[in-house]
Amino acid sequence: MTSNAAVHAVDLGKAFGRRQAVRGVDFSLGTGECLALFGPNGAGKTTLLRLVAGLLKPSAGSVRVRDVDMRRDAPARSAVGLVSHQSMLYAPLTARENVEFSARLGGVAEPASAARDALASLKVGDVADVEVRKLSRGQQQRVSIARALVHGPVVLLLDEPYSGLDESGAAALTSVLASLRERGAALLLVTHNVAEGLALATHAAVMLDGRFALEETRPASGFNAAAFSAGYRAQAGVDRG
Amino acid sequence: MARPPSMLAAAWIIARKDLAVELRTRSAFLSVLVFTLLALATFFFAWDATSVASIDLAPGVLWVTFTFAGMLGLHRSFGSEAQDRAIDGLLIAPVEREAIYLGKAIANLVFVGAVLVVALPALAILYNLPLAQTVVGLAPVALLAAIGLVSVGTLFSSMAVNTRLAELLLPMLSLPFFVPIVMASSQISARLLAGRPMSEAMPWLKILIAFDLVFVVACTIAFPYTLEE
Amino acid sequence: MTVPAPARAFRAPLFDWFFLLAVAAVGGTLVRILAFTPFEASQGAAQKIYYIHVPAALSAYLALGILAVASVMFLWLRDPRADRLAVSAAEVGLLFTTLVITTGPLWAKPIWGTWWSWDMRLNLTMFLWFLTAAYLVLRGAIDDEAMRARFSAVLGVLAALLIPFIHLSVYLFRTMHPEPIVLQPGRPRLPAEMLTTWSMGVLAFAFLCIALIRARYRLPDGRDA
Repeated sequence: MTSNAAVHAVDLGKAFGRRQAVRGVDFSLGTGECLALFGPNGAGKTTLLRLVAGLLKPSAGSVRVRDVDMRRDAPARSAVGLVSHQSMLYAPLTARENVEFSARLGGVAEPASAARDALASLKVGDVADVEVRKLSRGQQQRVSIARALVHGPVVLLLDEPYSGLDESGAAALTSVLASLRERGAALLLVTHNVAEGLALATHAAVMLDGRFALEETRPASGFNAAAFSAGYRAQAGVDRG
Repeated sequence: MARPPSMLAAAWIIARKDLAVELRTRSAFLSVLVFTLLALATFFFAWDATSVASIDLAPGVLWVTFTFAGMLGLHRSFGSEAQDRAIDGLLIAPVEREAIYLGKAIANLVFVGAVLVVALPALAILYNLPLAQTVVGLAPVALLAAIGLVSVGTLFSSMAVNTRLAELLLPMLSLPFFVPIVMASSQISARLLAGRPMSEAMPWLKILIAFDLVFVVACTIAFPYTLEE
Repeated sequence: MTVPAPARAFRAPLFDWFFLLAVAAVGGTLVRILAFTPFEASQGAAQKIYYIHVPAALSAYLALGILAVASVMFLWLRDPRADRLAVSAAEVGLLFTTLVITTGPLWAKPIWGTWWSWDMRLNLTMFLWFLTAAYLVLRGAIDDEAMRARFSAVLGVLAALLIPFIHLSVYLFRTMHPEPIVLQPGRPRLPAEMLTTWSMGVLAFAFLCIALIRARYRLPDGRDA
């Protein structure tokens, strides 16, 4: 556990009023690593992601990205990209305008070409000049991912990025994420789908009731999805009902 | 490695995005514009034109209409951010919170400024005032009034969008703050239109300028408190 | 942040001696106003409202001053107690401003011949009333406790900045309110007997104001909306 990890959380907790959404979470994510995070609805996965992104203020502990507090250091936020449940897109603007806007805010030197490349990598280059409100749910999801990638973040936070994607979309996303990881990006991937999550993961964890209940590191032979699922179900059994 | 934009550059990027959204939809601008013209016309019929000169009505009508129209427009400012949580995209971007406020405020200023560009000549024509004198004379007052209105309104728009009452709350929060603006702008306009010496309007002008200075600074500082969770 | 203990060590005060004392003080003052203070020569009975009106106004300013200070304190220290003090002061402030703007017209009708004179101090109090009402409506419209505290503190601070502007504007507009005749150093023109009643009123109302804020502040959790 070095502090120059891409993401480093210590005893991280978040309470909403009396409800403790995340409690006592410790983890460290190095460059080129991918932590796949599973867990039932309401386990605190999204809250954890928003804490790492700096969108929420921790009520206990701390989380640092590349040894910086994202809530205090605005320029350092260019290191982070976020794909969330909501698209974070402006419906009246085109896909290209949305992604270019994100690139400009992220300080990309050539926003136009960066936006074109990001949209092409997710195979939505052909609808770049269509207003987002006219795109299908899956296309919007791809544009939303392009929006999060366009400024070249080194820490990528993904909340159910596969939802709404068809097979070709899922394949495009997996290949984009794999190449980002090879180039040293750290990924924090929240998903319900064990097979998809484990495909990219170097680490896997299950969140239950705000805590990490099960943590595994990828064995040399790769994750055994069936065994992990069994372990997950055994842990989650009570909560899943 | 990307170099994040400076505060003003980021504000300008955000303002341009807001204006692009506005140009694309145009619905908010057109409805506010129609409301403004409609209000100017309707107010005229609410007085006895034979006993009160239209030059005496015009200033009050203009600024009351302007604040109500401004409020209609301001609500949309953070409405577009709340939809699909686009505001999150701004919050995780490597820009200061203050830049978000300034960007939104600049876009709102252009918006209400555009409304005034139509409203001032319309007022002159409908109320039979000297056209050039009205438009040129009132333009600086309009700018000061717009800055005050937008500085407070942008902040309250950000707050109101997060409440259960949403757009219903905005007038209740902002109207008391618009009172000094309406009073000062109307008093200055009345003296300008009546051809009185500028010295008579000076105390009001000072109030208006001081209001702008105080609330631009205070609202910029206060804005981050309306975001942080 | 610690999670509050489920059963907060709090019992509803059946006997709030502080509050009862304040009520007794106000009651005593009322008796003195009605029975033991002479009629003012020119205004007659109506003038007696003055012993309630002015003390109520000063108490309203006191409560709203506490609201402003508590709002600043909250933004600075993020202490939930400051938020609780702010909402207590706001509710009591609304009560006293309501008292001021209802007793004012009652006096103004026979003396000035009009219910509402659009006078400077009247307008200022009216806007204080609007702002305080908006403050409480804003609180009622937000479910999240932390957000409610932050938003209302922002409004509290901005309203405090607004007051001088409203004051200046309505002052420039025009004024016909009777000039303060007590707060003039050197020459209080009020007869001693009336001055005593008035002073009692000021003290009793300030006492009541603080007792009400204190009682509201001590109400159990979950009533902070």
